[in-house]
Amino acid sequence: MLFDKFQTMADFQAELAEQHVKPFGAVTEKILSATEGVVEGRNVILAGTNNYLGLSFDPRCIEASREAASRWGTGTTGSRLANGSFTEHQALEKEIAEFYGVDHAIVFSTGYAATMGMCSTLAGPGDTILLDADSHASIYAGVKLSGADIIRFKHNNPEDLAKRLRRLGDRAGQALIIAEGIYSMLGDVAPLQEIAAVKREYGGYLFLDEAHSMGALGETGRGAAQAAGVEADVDFFAGTFSKSLGAIGGFCVSQHAELEAIRFCINAYIFTASSAPSIIASTRAALRIIQEEPQLRQQLWDNAHRLYDGLKALDLPVGPTASPVVAVEMEDRKATIECWKALMAAGVYVNLVIPPASPSTNFLLRNSISAAHTSEQIDTIIAAYSDLIATGLITPTSKAT
Amino acid sequence: MTDYQEYLDFLYSALEFQNKKQLALSEDTELVADMGLSSLEVMEFIEKIEDHFDISIPLNILPDVNTIGDLARKVRELNL
Repeated sequence: MLFDKFQTMADFQAELAEQHVKPFGAVTEKILSATEGVVEGRNVILAGTNNYLGLSFDPRCIEASREAASRWGTGTTGSRLANGSFTEHQALEKEIAEFYGVDHAIVFSTGYAATMGMCSTLAGPGDTILLDADSHASIYAGVKLSGADIIRFKHNNPEDLAKRLRRLGDRAGQALIIAEGIYSMLGDVAPLQEIAAVKREYGGYLFLDEAHSMGALGETGRGAAQAAGVEADVDFFAGTFSKSLGAIGGFCVSQHAELEAIRFCINAYIFTASSAPSIIASTRAALRIIQEEPQLRQQLWDNAHRLYDGLKALDLPVGPTASPVVAVEMEDRKATIECWKALMAAGVYVNLVIPPASPSTNFLLRNSISAAHTSEQIDTIIAAYSDLIATGLITPTSKAT
Repeated sequence: MTDYQEYLDFLYSALEFQNKKQLALSEDTELVADMGLSSLEVMEFIEKIEDHFDISIPLNILPDVNTIGDLARKVRELNL
């Protein structure tokens, strides 16, 4: 039957409804600031929004957006290839290229469209793609559409990548290697110096998704490759405007002039309407701010360390290093849902992540931190986790059996 | 060049530890439907094959693989 495959999900949703809990698609009724809102009837600290630099409420971004809506209207009502390329879109492409110090850029309507579109188009039948096993769903969707041979290498494992490139023999030089800067679920950073060294040895083209690392890493906020000093080894940088830049949209930039021809071959770019000018305008403002105010990045990392150190001190199962994404891994679905519910009751909204969105069979309480969080808010988040331990909802690592 | 039977024999031996149901394995045994392998177990099994033959098995060929025989034929093709 057509609908049989959805039964498991329907049962799960019914189970959540019985528990009066709505972790997926929880409705935000009011946004009070970049870090506070009313979600499902509760005043909560927002600790699962990817609003890393807190720019979604920056008055300069709001004013730019307001002014663009007045001048250009609410939407473009068309594709970039038809009537949807306004001077705003063109200006943002120029500015994002300049930000990365390259000559070519494409702006997409969403981050998903950027990575899915690029990965589905760059390689085709007869080509080979090597992607990190923990790649984002948009990358998996793209490579599946590409028609290329798809080979996974072990997550963040340059030796496995090297082994697989070696196995390709002469084809290695034409392979497309795909990695991410910061991985979205656990917040771990790719070992880009080692990956770049492997690429230099075997050849290939490196596509790097900086969705969660742009604005967060690197001397000027360009991301993980800048922080690792290997930008020259990256052929294509992709990213999003919906995280550090506080809006929505995506991009791909490259030093390869071929990007201008590739633009006309990407269905996810051609067959969708372009971003509303108001979105483009706030993104441009945010891009200027992250260049002018590097202290935002410092504040983000101070906050990330405060949360990570606090959860680590509670002996909770967090990742190996501090990151703007701090995930607490759990094995039991029901217990994770109970924890999520208790966190909400304590006034803390985090993301509940279940497989296959999590990279293993584990469940996650995923926290993302913002430069806009106050120390008091972070301490409240840590205290809420401490209460989970006190009430026996979660077991510290050292006491886990 | 290794022939089809040798690939099959290797797959049987590699599946030994994952044969939880103690099935009598044949080329028609289905990895998921009959053996009940989870997606994670399938990936571990694939990796074992990859390392043994020093090849990479592309993910995109897996939808066409149901039985041990299907896999033996694909591995043979890749290893030619």
